[in-house]
Amino acid sequence: MTSLPNAKRQSDLVSLKTMTTSILYPVTGFVEKTFVITEFELRKLRHDFTELITRALQPALWLLIFGQVFSHSGAMHTGNIPYLDFIAPGILAQSVLFVAIFFGINVIWERDLGIVQKFLASPTPRAALVLGKGLSAGARTLSQAAVVYGLSLLLGVKLNWSPLALLNVVMIVVLTSTLFSTFSLIIACIVKTRERFMGVGQVLTMPLFFASNAIYPTEIMPGWLKVVSRLNPLTYVVDALRTFMLAGTTSSFGVGFDYAVMLIATTILVLIGARLYPHLAT
Amino acid sequence: MSDIVLDLQSLTRRFGPFTAVDALTFCVNAGEVFGLLGSNGAGKTTTIKMLTTLLPPTSGEALVAGFSVTTQAVDVRRAIGYVPQAVSVDGSLTGYENLLIFSKLYDVPRREQRSRIEEALEFMGLTAVGGRLVGQYSGGMVRRLEIAQSILHRPRVLFLDEPTVGLDPIARDAVWKHLIELRANYGTTLLFTTHYLEEADSLCDRIGIMHLGKIAAIGTCEQLKMSFGGHHSLDEVFVHYAGTALDSGGTLHDISAERETAERLG
Repeated sequence: MTSLPNAKRQSDLVSLKTMTTSILYPVTGFVEKTFVITEFELRKLRHDFTELITRALQPALWLLIFGQVFSHSGAMHTGNIPYLDFIAPGILAQSVLFVAIFFGINVIWERDLGIVQKFLASPTPRAALVLGKGLSAGARTLSQAAVVYGLSLLLGVKLNWSPLALLNVVMIVVLTSTLFSTFSLIIACIVKTRERFMGVGQVLTMPLFFASNAIYPTEIMPGWLKVVSRLNPLTYVVDALRTFMLAGTTSSFGVGFDYAVMLIATTILVLIGARLYPHLAT
Repeated sequence: MSDIVLDLQSLTRRFGPFTAVDALTFCVNAGEVFGLLGSNGAGKTTTIKMLTTLLPPTSGEALVAGFSVTTQAVDVRRAIGYVPQAVSVDGSLTGYENLLIFSKLYDVPRREQRSRIEEALEFMGLTAVGGRLVGQYSGGMVRRLEIAQSILHRPRVLFLDEPTVGLDPIARDAVWKHLIELRANYGTTLLFTTHYLEEADSLCDRIGIMHLGKIAAIGTCEQLKMSFGGHHSLDEVFVHYAGTALDSGGTLHDISAERETAERLG
């Protein structure tokens, strides 16, 4: 008899505990599942890291060939910063974009197998599946950032090495890749086949890249293109990267605004992606 | 043990003007092994997709383990396991990692994860290769790993879409041996589709033959054979109900996907 109140209190405690976990579950479950997806995407890299090497090649070529040529020709007027310094952050943003925009091909590949279907038949929140994949794409791009920093150092670009600036660069790169790979995932959900996807991907990369401030200042653009560049998220990515990567530069739009654009765009894209992702299984 | 675990009520799915699944109504009891047969395009895969919440029904309803596929999708997902027809494990992860990710996604308690995974590997005869990359597995091993992956959370119902397509007879027998043990050990209800009638004949408690999106016949294999006087094989019964060639469904994409699966596994 004496053990009864005790047992009751214990069962009360248990029910209280399950109650609070069930109230918080939508949030904790979402965060936890997102990281589970990211973790396993990254584990795949451990088994095959050739991808990290091929990723690093593209920014190297742009900096070493394109950057050198235009820097020597003096054709671009970038004010008081040397042209190579000017484009180093632009090339980083560009190489992140170019890899992220084709991220969707993996999703189509997983659909043609049965992997997407199996994930969708599990109780994982759809937004966690989408964001988890996007974040993993973000983490992969860090190898590109390392290459751009290494080459910039060799080429004499005046970099800002303060830990706070580096931390910001890491966050911006991960966020950018998440943003554009989620965009790519949305395209994959709509077109569904590899052939169509490659076509759309090709069509999108060039305007995103050239209608931005990545390799020339927007001041030299005709008026209409300037407007387009202001609507292009990549412009804000480059602005933020330039502010944190280079010593002694100021942001054109304010880094707070840059971050806001990136975060809002990513959130909207993840929500759209979560709505469209289940269509891959049908 | 006559709980009803699957209850389909006029379940219907249309794609434009084409009705893939037409007012399907039947029940499956807990612990039953139920085979869904029919020609390509008869609506088997569409039915499974609706029962696994991958495809919303156009009309009608289905209760899976007591939960509605239309309004309680997350509860349904927790209660079921699903082995799609195509290969659904990741070749660039090890067998163990493939199971680990799903044990986490299905909220298997952290301290039980390891033992559950080891049990599932053992159960499917994969203990020795758990640490190997799945890309190096044989077709039969891949299928067994997929089944291991879908039973980690002890589902009440396991859906398998042509689990033995593309496998050689030995691998096929091994898959079935494990599936039958699964039912014996955990009371898991199995619903699967197949084109191999001898499999259905020897393993199913009951079968349903689908034709043009409807159930043309349902019952035990004995009942179906007896309804034709008892001296006909299941093949002949099948041809009677599903025999007319289908012009709809079974598109080039479906068929090439099926052949690709067979190729990957074989």
